[in-house]
Amino acid sequence: MTDARVPASVPAPAARALRIGIDVGGTNTDAVLMDGRTVLAGVKRSTTADVTSGIGVAIQALREQSAFDNDDVRAVMIGTTHFVNALVQARDLAPTAVVRLGLPASAALPPLTDWPDSLVTAIDARVYLAHGGHEFDGRPISPLDPDELRAQAADMRAAGVRSVAIASIFSPLNAELEAAAAEILRAELPEHVTFSLSHEIGRLGILERENATVINAALRELGAEVIEGLATTVRGLGITAPIYLSQNDGTLMDEEFVRRYPVATFASGPTNSMRGAAETTGLATCAVVDVGGTTADIGLIEGGFPREAAASVAVAGVRTNFRMPDVISIGIGGGSLVNSETAEVGPESVGFRLTEKALVFGGDVLTATDIAVAGGRAQLGDPARVAHLDPAFVARVLARIDERIAEAIDRMRTSPEPIPVVAVGGGAVLLDHTLPLLGEIIRPENAGVANAIGASISQVGAEIDTVESIVPGSRDTVLAALKERAIAEAVAAGADPATVTILDVDEIPIPYLPGGATRVRIKAVGDLEGVSA
Amino acid sequence: MSWQLTKADLPDLARGAAFLGTGGGGDPYIGHKLVENALGEGSITILDPEDLADDLFVIPVALMGAPTVMIEKLLAGHEPLTALRHLEAHYGRTADATMPIECGGVNSLIPLLVAAQTGLPVVDADGMGRAFPELSMETFAVYGVNASPIALTAERGEHIILDTGADNRRIEQLARALTVELGGSAAIAEYAMTGADVRRTAVPRTISMALSIGRAIREARAEHRSPFEAIAAALAPTLYSHVRELFVGKVVDVERRTEGGFARGRARLAPADAADTGAFEILFQNENLVAYRDGELVAIVPDLICVVDQETAEPITTEGLRYGQRVRVLGVSTPALMRTPEALDTFGPVAFGLTETFVPVEELAH
Repeated sequence: MTDARVPASVPAPAARALRIGIDVGGTNTDAVLMDGRTVLAGVKRSTTADVTSGIGVAIQALREQSAFDNDDVRAVMIGTTHFVNALVQARDLAPTAVVRLGLPASAALPPLTDWPDSLVTAIDARVYLAHGGHEFDGRPISPLDPDELRAQAADMRAAGVRSVAIASIFSPLNAELEAAAAEILRAELPEHVTFSLSHEIGRLGILERENATVINAALRELGAEVIEGLATTVRGLGITAPIYLSQNDGTLMDEEFVRRYPVATFASGPTNSMRGAAETTGLATCAVVDVGGTTADIGLIEGGFPREAAASVAVAGVRTNFRMPDVISIGIGGGSLVNSETAEVGPESVGFRLTEKALVFGGDVLTATDIAVAGGRAQLGDPARVAHLDPAFVARVLARIDERIAEAIDRMRTSPEPIPVVAVGGGAVLLDHTLPLLGEIIRPENAGVANAIGASISQVGAEIDTVESIVPGSRDTVLAALKERAIAEAVAAGADPATVTILDVDEIPIPYLPGGATRVRIKAVGDLEGVSA
Repeated sequence: MSWQLTKADLPDLARGAAFLGTGGGGDPYIGHKLVENALGEGSITILDPEDLADDLFVIPVALMGAPTVMIEKLLAGHEPLTALRHLEAHYGRTADATMPIECGGVNSLIPLLVAAQTGLPVVDADGMGRAFPELSMETFAVYGVNASPIALTAERGEHIILDTGADNRRIEQLARALTVELGGSAAIAEYAMTGADVRRTAVPRTISMALSIGRAIREARAEHRSPFEAIAAALAPTLYSHVRELFVGKVVDVERRTEGGFARGRARLAPADAADTGAFEILFQNENLVAYRDGELVAIVPDLICVVDQETAEPITTEGLRYGQRVRVLGVSTPALMRTPEALDTFGPVAFGLTETFVPVEELAH
């Protein structure tokens, strides 16, 4: 379709409402151009070290496959595992301090209790216990001690801390001490130091909330870097549509939100991949294996949505209390290093450097992709460069990959009921067409870009977080009004009213306040108006 | 026979204790980490109740207060031991062992914290056989051991000794009022008793039972067997031998309120494919108290009503209940000493203001 074929006298065709969905994995950047539920174009390119230039390349490739007017693009939706990969691989993390306000309470389990040592080292963690915190009823446990905080700030400064997490006991009910402590520390620390306050990140349960806050703090610098790069890239291509990033629950967040809360993107990769897989196979219930460059993520789709973890979720070995899809990750991906003696795969990966490091691409590192090519499962690069590998060794590695993936799915399903297995992601070529214990693997059409399709069906949401008086008999009325408000705000955020539903209702009674004071959180989501799939 | 408990046992024990918490008792994770940090590579001696010398002096310890507070305002670490020391000083007698007051939830682990800090052995028994919201809801109390005197303390190290003689309800009221003042959570030492008293009044072998429930769930998952059958198999040889599946479905509504220091509320469940009308209902006061299916009673306190993840059997607390969760509800029978008329007066339906009379779960749900 070119302008030249359209006579000047004929009115231009009605503007299309297109979406670009992009999934940036550790190894591949996938992109789709969507019109409603139709995939107009789908491409896979290598993730680049800067993340963003790979996105630029992918968008250009979409344009080559199916030309589009920049003005017809209504939204660019990006899902990225960049932040969670940074954490899992313990790289690009800012030197981070965590200050817990609550002494003399809480000293028996200091911050970072239960963290893997490697991660504590990777964030150059500085841990401080300070006075402060509230009781459940709002009384102070002890007042802030500004001199204590200043001394801690001096230690942070000397240690080169660049990001600070602050968690105060009962801050979800009273946030003032976290803000006050941040003020005191900010005055003592260089201007570039960022602050993450736990009441903005998590819920009651100080260890989990604090953990999530520390992770967020360690990712702040990377968050700013990534979002600036994304905006520059997309605008540079002449696309002016809003840019959204996928959150853990599949809803979208805008640029400013990403800058402040990079941790909210954490499970978006698996969420998008699972929802994309469900979308493309039409299966309402299935196990989804998303094999990327660095990890294989395994989850269950029930009724089209990812099964949610029942309670706390461990991320890179750290317990948090987000609502997250129940996903297990194992260190097997297309870029995983293969030990030539033990035949073990991963967890180290060449990541986005697959196309320069892997043997088949002319590199000198033996990766899982090389094994897949040698074993005839994948046709990539130059097979001659892996012809020297011992077939028995190749078979052993491939069997090991199948076995470990099958084991992980089996652990996930726990019920002996048979469940269809859908494999997606660029690394899915590593797998045989059947798995031990589980049988045949379904590879949906566009399987390679399921994550990008999942990103493109993302929705917008609104969360009401308020304190309401709930007395006997008033609950239904109060909740109904709040649900209505949440729906209205989701619509205001761009959701199509016909598609808005209540995703989550959470009530926390605040003890010993008169009138049944209750903290209520309600989340409503719907498809983006005008671009809904 | 006594046995040694090590760090490696703690995850199983914590999971089993969460199951026995029947929705309450507080998240054992915190207790697990406290014990792990204090224990290191050491071990704790667990004493079987049948082996206790008649005059062995046992001081149980626990935390009391709101679970929501315990996961937010963590311990300074010394509190349970401080409470025990103050009660020893009050009696003028050193404890030979400690013991759980409550085997469900975090309190199964608090005596182990003291044991890890001091080397004191722990008696494999408790006074609730599950979790209950009140200190007076004890088989100890039912069969003649008084809660008084009780030592309370909190992070500042302040301590209070309360003595109400034989009035266990009154001590509950006073201790709870003090706990609110101490910030909603306090460490306590109470129900000091002899080895002979333990054999007469305690629910036996509940630490080892929690451990075997936790182990059964873990091993079943690892071996891809049904964790529910594994739980039933683990309980079959115990005093909790009847396990019934009461419902499978999703949480469609959770209503909570805080009254008098207790988290009360109700959860409605529906079959996973139905609209938002609850076919199954659970009332709770910290712990699950009573369950109805289509309005019919299917299980009632003191029998155990355990809500677990539909597939993994991971126990879910009343605090952790959330809209949309897929769950399975199990009913578990309790030992005879928890179902006598005097026991039911203390922690049966009437003690929670319920109008139903107690009927054993094995007679209600088939």
